[in-house]
Amino acid sequence: MWIDRVLELVPRERLVAIKNVSLAEEHLHDHFAADAELRLDAMPLMPMSLVVEGMAQSAGILVGHASGFQEKVVLAKVAKAELDRDPTPGVTLRYTATIQSLTAQGAATQGVVEMLDHARASEGFVRIGSIDLMFSQVDHNMSGLQFPEHNFVFSESFQTLLRTSGIDWPSA
Amino acid sequence: MERNEIFQKVQEVLVDALAVDEDEVTPEASLTGDLGAESIDFLDIVFKLEQAFGFKIEQGELFPDNVTQNPEYVQGGRVTETGMAELKRRLPHGDFSRLESDPQVTRVGEIFTVDALVNFCETKLQRAA
Repeated sequence: MWIDRVLELVPRERLVAIKNVSLAEEHLHDHFAADAELRLDAMPLMPMSLVVEGMAQSAGILVGHASGFQEKVVLAKVAKAELDRDPTPGVTLRYTATIQSLTAQGAATQGVVEMLDHARASEGFVRIGSIDLMFSQVDHNMSGLQFPEHNFVFSESFQTLLRTSGIDWPSA
Repeated sequence: MERNEIFQKVQEVLVDALAVDEDEVTPEASLTGDLGAESIDFLDIVFKLEQAFGFKIEQGELFPDNVTQNPEYVQGGRVTETGMAELKRRLPHGDFSRLESDPQVTRVGEIFTVDALVNFCETKLQRAA
């Protein structure tokens, strides 16, 4: 999972989740940003693609929750993704996903990414970007394709995340 | 709302949804052939049109549902006469000129030109007035 805990879930409206970025995550060591012009040394960081994935999981849970996780909610389009700063080890990311539109076929969500640098805790969470996404509920897609009956999207790891966040898994 | 104003709003929606330049969004441009729209973009366009104009678009109202999968409407990769009539009945706002000249099912997307979207929005707004 690319989020650690769901802090708030307002059904069909908003979900807030956090991700603690750790130096123990191996992928950080494969992504060193350096900028000679700005005289910035290389350092491990969390790549943007994984920040997008964190938002996709946050928004995907929000969309899936609206149908009691009966629909297969698949990320279909990254409509916009802007990030001003790279998350580095030790920071906490906060994802706030909001549903903009929701139908049987899919959903559009807007997302805000904030970062808490614990060395500057007094500044609190600072907005570092926004990520807007589109999801398809694939059993209702217009192409008429067939998918497996079992819900391959919301696996056990999603259920564990919700349980540890104190949120009940909706009964079918 | 004047047709020119509707066109401008549709243009803004398409620039945003398809990441194309404003000057590419001409009245005769087709969403799939000229502007590169893929299937999920159609849902995105529906959502954005609803927000831009404040009306609700029902599933299948703007873009067809389950027409191209129906063997009565499509045979051997071509849209049948029955299929063409059904598409025209469901999508009176569409531009069928390209599809009628070559009824390959792969060209169904070309029904949806920018002008067709403007027609659709104009009719919706007139009905709501």
